Amino acid sequence: MAKIRTSRLTVRDGHGRMTFRDGLAELWKNKMLYLMTLPAIIWVFIFCYIPMYGILIAFKDFNFKKGIWGSQWVGLKNFQFLFNYKGVGQIFFNTIFLNILFIITGTIFSVGLALVFVEIKNKVYNKVVQTIAIFPHFVSWTVAAMFLSGIIGGSGTLTQWIVDRGAADPNFYGNASWWPLILVMLKIWQGAGYGTIVYVAAITGFDQGMYEAARIDGATRLQMITRITLPLLKPTIIMLTIMSVGKIFSGDFGMIYALVGDNSQLYATTDVIDTFVYRALRQLNNMGMSTATSLFQSIVGLVLVFTTNAIAKRVEPDSAIF
Amino acid sequence: MRSNQIKKSKGEIVFDIVVYAIAALFCIYCLYPFAIILGSSFETESNFATYGFPIIPHDFTTKAYEMVLGDSQIFKAYGVTIFTTVVGTLFSMFLTVTMAYPLSLKKLRFRNPITFYVYFTMLFGGGLVPSYLLISRTLGMKNSIWVLIIPVAFGAWNMFLMRNFFNGIPPELAESAYMDGANDMQILWRIILPVSVPGIATISLFYALGYWNQWFNAMLYIEDSNLVPLQYLLMRMLRNVEAMREMARTTGVSMGQIPTNSLRMATTVVAIGPVVLLYPYAQKYFTSGLTVGAIKG
Repeated sequence: MAKIRTSRLTVRDGHGRMTFRDGLAELWKNKMLYLMTLPAIIWVFIFCYIPMYGILIAFKDFNFKKGIWGSQWVGLKNFQFLFNYKGVGQIFFNTIFLNILFIITGTIFSVGLALVFVEIKNKVYNKVVQTIAIFPHFVSWTVAAMFLSGIIGGSGTLTQWIVDRGAADPNFYGNASWWPLILVMLKIWQGAGYGTIVYVAAITGFDQGMYEAARIDGATRLQMITRITLPLLKPTIIMLTIMSVGKIFSGDFGMIYALVGDNSQLYATTDVIDTFVYRALRQLNNMGMSTATSLFQSIVGLVLVFTTNAIAKRVEPDSAIF
Repeated sequence: MRSNQIKKSKGEIVFDIVVYAIAALFCIYCLYPFAIILGSSFETESNFATYGFPIIPHDFTTKAYEMVLGDSQIFKAYGVTIFTTVVGTLFSMFLTVTMAYPLSLKKLRFRNPITFYVYFTMLFGGGLVPSYLLISRTLGMKNSIWVLIIPVAFGAWNMFLMRNFFNGIPPELAESAYMDGANDMQILWRIILPVSVPGIATISLFYALGYWNQWFNAMLYIEDSNLVPLQYLLMRMLRNVEAMREMARTTGVSMGQIPTNSLRMATTVVAIGPVVLLYPYAQKYFTSGLTVGAIKG
């Protein structure tokens, strides 16, 4: 009874019924706290909200001299230009396809490694392997680009090894068909270990009594993994997968541009929306189309996030973000 | 150890071996690239064409490192990177903590609108071109070292992680200080921050690595070769013959004499070095710390 009354009170107190004077009084009462938030509020306003005004460029024939507002309105012409741009379908496809590959392989490797890590009972060995597995996450893609050139570049170790055996030079940097595989392998290198953190935490949180009971019933450790751990882990796996599907329309610019750069021979399989937006700005110098692409990507992304979140809410009400 | 422990069955032993082996294999996979970088940085240049990039150099030489140490450009890039990392992380933590702490307090009645104000930027943004115009034209930050810090100073995701850490602190801690007449600033500084060390360490590590590894803003806004950070220098050394020529000029070695491959790898070693050294210390905080906020954003 008392509980219900308090919750009712907070609702009336917190939302909706606040007058302007109440608002001012609240600001005054907690002035120091609100003042504290001010630097970040200003930063977010300048670097996140002001650029939103620049979205207008997507509907304009942008001209530096005239500025954003002064430039000519062109309606949806930039979008028309984008959708008629040769190879744009491939770019959308690459973005989604690569992300799907990353999600599937990333989940398999992260879950698999997490299952392995929790089974390692030797504390020192456990600590060492986890530390090593997570480390590549903190290394930049430029470093990855460096060692990649040392492995599959012209005089790279793998290239040399193949040529030494009399086979034809695979010409990795000139043949786009290798690259989905190469990118997936690097993504696993970089992210699979880091991805185990959440799963290891989830598994360690499971009720140990179940494992004890299974042991008494004579279950092997493999059976415990397939019959107890994996079923219990299922909601977490589903949740994280749904969340990453929400980001399926945004490419990893940092990764792809660092590894591929302006090598147009590889665009067929590696060019994603984000690298295209960059190229439209820097090389094609087409601000209108670049902005239109970003806007299209943002809107699709927004729809995806809301959809996946709604699905997540149904699957597991607690884990939805909003 | 345990006297009642049953002797391991054959299946158990096989299971253990498989598990230890999988972990070892994945670690080799993770470390192999670093071994190549390190080994090749000591290799004599003429060997690359015949042997590829080795883990153990065929003819050991430190020539590449001598060049790295003698090169004023790498030296400057190191300075730029260290400066942006240290100053940037401090500035980022200031922005993040001062936002995250108030948002963690239930008594703050406008905390939901402010949270949404920040959260919305994670869902929607202006994209590359408007930011580019804002930073390069309106704010005129081209070729300024601050362009490597200010536009990337605040991360909404990091802020929410930090807030989740603060959420975990029992409110009684602050309340008793209120009774003693302390104000919010003093409470944050004297009471909240000291008990949030794992959180602060985790988020600082994320920011610091972000600054250390950044090259994108340098690529967009920096043309002055004195302000190029380490990671962007690496990228230019890999892609751009011009950058190698510049290196030949600053070290006084002729272009043909430059050990291109080993020099690239030696510079990479120098660039990863500090991360390798600091990471194990920070790791103990963030594995526990990350999972606090990982489930709910």
